[in-house]
Amino acid sequence: MPNTRIRVPKTALKGDAVEIRAIIQHPMENGFRLNSQGTPIPVEIISEFVCTYDGGEVFRVTLEPGLSANPYFSFYLKATTSGPVDFWWKDQDGTITEASAHLEVV
Amino acid sequence: MKRSEPANLLTRRSVLAGLGAGFMLVSMPVRADDASVAEAIEAAFGDAPRTDGRIAMTLPPLAESGNTVPLTVSIESPMTEADSVKRVMIFANRNPRPLIATMAFGPKAAKAEFSTNIRLSGTQDVIAIAEMTDGTIYQAQVRVMVTVGACDTLKIRF
Repeated sequence: MPNTRIRVPKTALKGDAVEIRAIIQHPMENGFRLNSQGTPIPVEIISEFVCTYDGGEVFRVTLEPGLSANPYFSFYLKATTSGPVDFWWKDQDGTITEASAHLEVV
Repeated sequence: MKRSEPANLLTRRSVLAGLGAGFMLVSMPVRADDASVAEAIEAAFGDAPRTDGRIAMTLPPLAESGNTVPLTVSIESPMTEADSVKRVMIFANRNPRPLIATMAFGPKAAKAEFSTNIRLSGTQDVIAIAEMTDGTIYQAQVRVMVTVGACDTLKIRF
């Protein structure tokens, strides 16, 4: 399972815009690189990323090989109620990686 | 007496030509031209009119490596249920594949802003196109100079 790093603040004021950062360790092979034998390395990418919070979606990305290795995203969610912020990545073979953090809204 | 053509098709010349063609195919991914970029944009947004404005794109004017170019896109929008950003697509007009990513903001997003890292194969324009919930489409374009592209395989390490 690939490593993930997410950054969600522990607490937030109600109604605030909270910056969320998420990164997953992945080579994001673009299909143009060659191995030591000179044959192309096939495309291997994460194809989808979704962040959900409080029963709704915050941010969704359809990734292409044009994104860098270890795809990183930062975005803003609106703090409404205390609860988990869930992260979900799917690679091109359908393997799903999940991560979650708790956000306390005061 | 007439010289007969060699029956074997695998002549030295054809082998060399084949090797050369194969090498060109493998080593140089075809860069997109304006027509294929326009085609990719049309496939996503149709031929709807696109206006400049409302999108602020932050990119370094000069990127040393095309492998990770930091990109921040911020779109002016109140992000209410009635008026928000439906989706944003990022294109690079000289990458082998013009489309870089598609982003969508959900109802829990506070503002229409995100940051990520993209790959660029060389000096080119990065285009962000945003579709609002009312169907209007906005566009922004920023030029980035790239010293070493993401597709170049360097023979030396540094």
